[in-house]
Amino acid sequence: MNDTVLSVRDLSVAYGQTRAVRGVSFELGRGQVLGIAGESGCGKSTLAYAINRLLQPPGRTTSGEVAFHPKDGDPIDVLALEGEELRRFRWRRVAMVFQSAMNALNPVLSVRRQLHDVFTTHEPSMSRREREERSRELLELVGIDPGRIGAYPHELSGGMRQRVLIAMAMALNPDVVVLDEPTTALDVVVQRDILEEIDRLREMFGFAVVFITHDLSLLLEISDHLAIMYGGRIVEYGTSKDTLLQPRHPYTVGLLNSFPSLRGERQALHGIPGSPPDLSKELTGCSFAPRCPYAFEGCHTHEPELDSIQDSLVACLQYDRRLHPARPDRRLRERRFDHADHEVIS
Amino acid sequence: MAYLWRKLGFYAVALWAALTINFLIPRLIRGNPVDIILSRFQTRQPPPPEFRKALEVMFGVSHDPLWVQYFAYLRQLATGNLGTSVTYYPAPVGTVIGQAMPWTLGLVSIALLITVGLGVGLGMVAGWRRGSWLDGLIPTTTFLAAIPYFWLALLLLFFLGAGLGWFPLNGAYDYAHVRMGFTGDFIGSVLCHGALPALTLVISGIAGWLLGMRNMMVSTMAEDYVVMAQAKGLRPRRVMVAYAARNAVLPNVTGFAIMLGFFVGGQVATEVVFSYPGVGFALLQAVGSADYPLMQGLFLIISVAVLAANFLVDLLYGLIDPRVRKAG
Repeated sequence: MNDTVLSVRDLSVAYGQTRAVRGVSFELGRGQVLGIAGESGCGKSTLAYAINRLLQPPGRTTSGEVAFHPKDGDPIDVLALEGEELRRFRWRRVAMVFQSAMNALNPVLSVRRQLHDVFTTHEPSMSRREREERSRELLELVGIDPGRIGAYPHELSGGMRQRVLIAMAMALNPDVVVLDEPTTALDVVVQRDILEEIDRLREMFGFAVVFITHDLSLLLEISDHLAIMYGGRIVEYGTSKDTLLQPRHPYTVGLLNSFPSLRGERQALHGIPGSPPDLSKELTGCSFAPRCPYAFEGCHTHEPELDSIQDSLVACLQYDRRLHPARPDRRLRERRFDHADHEVIS
Repeated sequence: MAYLWRKLGFYAVALWAALTINFLIPRLIRGNPVDIILSRFQTRQPPPPEFRKALEVMFGVSHDPLWVQYFAYLRQLATGNLGTSVTYYPAPVGTVIGQAMPWTLGLVSIALLITVGLGVGLGMVAGWRRGSWLDGLIPTTTFLAAIPYFWLALLLLFFLGAGLGWFPLNGAYDYAHVRMGFTGDFIGSVLCHGALPALTLVISGIAGWLLGMRNMMVSTMAEDYVVMAQAKGLRPRRVMVAYAARNAVLPNVTGFAIMLGFFVGGQVATEVVFSYPGVGFALLQAVGSADYPLMQGLFLIISVAVLAANFLVDLLYGLIDPRVRKAG
């Protein structure tokens, strides 16, 4: 079964003058995991918020569409939902696990109250007893002693809070779960547990996942497809396998070279010098060009489109036969990302 | 329960300290009324010791060691004896305060509850619907709060009381025509007389609560747990009350505690302008006629009331913020 559960087309989001997300499109298959990676400020969290209509003013979607496809029935135009319809859509269709478990739980309400809240609003017919039973089941599901249900958030460890958030996201058996940097605030051991937890639950319930993180190494493990974002756009999209084995976009190459591979050969690690573009200014050309070792003249004047190269989609003029008739740079094909080298040669 | 005991222990110590300071301060003041009176006779022959003795008994000056006086003072407090008022001689201080306190408590607590309830409620909605017409209330109420209170009270008294005749001009009830007691006439008269003083208190006090609550709401609404509550598809009212306002109100509770302290001491200006027979009015009388026993008694009651109010708010705080229960 490979039908689509969520499709986003040409979505743009702006905070006043700042265009945080610029024309992003992707499709999420039922039960699939889509990883979205990029640096801080590349628009990945904004994208997640926009999908669930959680943008706070002055943030707003300026164009595009988000369609949700229920298993049965007609697609739902998410951006057109209002009031009660929107309220009912949230959490039942798309649930979310927030970035910082520290702040995502209300500090003055017990875990019980916060779990019950989901049922009282979405399942008004449930009795108090049933709500309690379901809430305890959920905690047990994520490996928390149901006896802790009366605890307040400050009485739980960071990892436990994150588990509570995940349990809460499972409450209504949603079709899509958006995970916004769910492991960023946790140490690596706990990160691992949480990832395995998510994977286990996904197999159990079959929900699709949008997994957002700046940690590309995490995504390669758990996602089916991978979208690399830079400057508010998707610059490379493909299966995780393709992206890992054959990254095309210089930015992806840079990201992959910035963390060590456990089994691969020993090599020097490189960061990506420079900083992300200022999205409040009008950009001409490729937004990555100023930091790109392979940028040529055309990159500063033409904005690359997302074009398919074999099975992947890449937005890079190195692969554009009209502007760059030669083959892509040899070092890029060799997956090297090295400014110093580049400067010596040119 | 441990929280309650710890708090009780703390307040017991605070109460003891307040009582002791109240005992020490008058005794640390150099000279005493007896010396002052005797000095007037200095030019003539020295006064007979019996005369001095008589004055000392009259003003309660003692030559016992301090600790003996201290225990005598505590014993007197335990029996509720605060001494005799000079102004209202021969009424005991306890009786004077006992008569003034209900008026102050009634007026001030009702006015305070209305102020806080209205201010926090409107502030909550104004913060929730930031940018709506409710934001326009803020400059208006701040302007009203900026008017010196006694002048605002006089203006309202002049226009609404004297001019339009909607409200009586002074007193706590119609002394001439109504007898004190649980009758409809009496209660109606009390409400009618209390309305204008209460109104001025509300008008002058509401701005701080409104502004404080609105701004706390705005910053709380940016918290992840509020966004999360929205993502959970909760009803907007539930998000506003249980997730945003519940957290935004915490600093206001502290403000409320501080406020209570000031209020129990009597709103001197209000009570003077409206000749309201409360604690503030009695305090003014005591200061005006150098009535030390009455002053000491009032200060004692005020400090005890401040402690009691803070204790209540501490309990309330523990109830609404679970983090406080565990801490220290």
